[in-house]
Amino acid sequence: MPVVDPDQLFQDKIDNEIKIEPKDQMPDAYRKTNIRQISQHAHSEIVGMLPEGNWISRAPSLKRKAILLAKVQDEGGHGLYLYSAAETLGMSREEMINDLHSGKAKYSSIFNYPTLSWADIGAIGWLVDGAAIMNQVMLTRTSYGPYARAMVRICKEESFHQRQGFDALLVLSRGTKEQRDMCQDAINRWWWPALMMFGPRDTESTNSDQSMKWKIKRKSNDELRQNFIDMIAEQIKTLGMHLPDPDLKWNEERKHYDFGEINWDEFWQVVKGNGPCNKQRLDARRKAWEEGEWVREAAIEYAKKRLTS
Amino acid sequence: MNLLRKYYYGDIPEDKTGAVPPASASGHDWPLWEVFIRSKNGLEHKHAGSLHAADAKMAIENARDVYTRRMEGISIWVVESKYITATNPEEAGELYEPAVDKIYRHPTFYELPDEVNHM
Repeated sequence: MPVVDPDQLFQDKIDNEIKIEPKDQMPDAYRKTNIRQISQHAHSEIVGMLPEGNWISRAPSLKRKAILLAKVQDEGGHGLYLYSAAETLGMSREEMINDLHSGKAKYSSIFNYPTLSWADIGAIGWLVDGAAIMNQVMLTRTSYGPYARAMVRICKEESFHQRQGFDALLVLSRGTKEQRDMCQDAINRWWWPALMMFGPRDTESTNSDQSMKWKIKRKSNDELRQNFIDMIAEQIKTLGMHLPDPDLKWNEERKHYDFGEINWDEFWQVVKGNGPCNKQRLDARRKAWEEGEWVREAAIEYAKKRLTS
Repeated sequence: MNLLRKYYYGDIPEDKTGAVPPASASGHDWPLWEVFIRSKNGLEHKHAGSLHAADAKMAIENARDVYTRRMEGISIWVVESKYITATNPEEAGELYEPAVDKIYRHPTFYELPDEVNHM
């Protein structure tokens, strides 16, 4: 009987577009990469509720408040779908949350920027969720089944997030000079951090493309970033605003927009924890967790008591 | 192995971060529940996902919030995950292969004259 290499068998499944399910055999590194990536994604959804939460009580109308509440609630839900998907790989919810609070697990750096004006809520929906959707649409086809299914659900809901953001900016862009200035200012501040969301340039990564080979990822950082820029550079025309990049120009030969250099020092500073709100975000998460401890304990004690009485 | 160090969107390598070691986790999670949802009368309940809850009532309430924010359901079942018995992928051969060579169980196995349309 020929000797079957389990790693080769696994790769054959991937190559044949057979999804990997929780009980299937998988290389340890595949499991670890997925746990890290899915839990980071979950943390990003949960921490991502904070910058927007800042504006729920300050929304300019009841309509905008209801929309923002629904969006933030969605993000909580997205975090929960993703934590569940990561748990199927054998890491407990508690471990994941501890890793977030200790700083071991990361979340998207974009949420370490402050939301200074109402227009920031529009810019987050349009640019930040817009960038996230690029990644998430790709991930609906990721090779790990539970992650792919969570992504399908999330993508269905996420489209509302981007549209409501653009809609909020559209209103401002057709408003008074003050409102238009506020709109442009928010775009100026969120544009570069949104581009950084896609991660370092492909040439920066010297290691093997294992995530591509395992089809956890199907597009590179630069590919996703370029798709995003091409989309936004067109959409902004409707707003009558401009993107804060003097080098942004359509390149007829490449059939893509050229763009200027991203400030990678800033990117790495924020990743390392030195962004404007890193401390504030983690403190808020830890506080919520610690102050909720008695509720978690009381609920389980109550459930036990009811079972035995 | 160097596999884990490439930085992809949404996958920040841990070695770039200078993190403190995490506190150890020791089973404080609420029990895990599987959620099944009937999207409308006439259709079956279908697995929607899972969640943590202290008891069945809370599991239903959480399932309502997590899985039916957009009218996805009109009926919810929850069952604690530990009560589900499942097959293992290793048993796939003995369980499902016997069906593979019984193609005569499918209507397309039978080629009938054109006159007997729609049978």
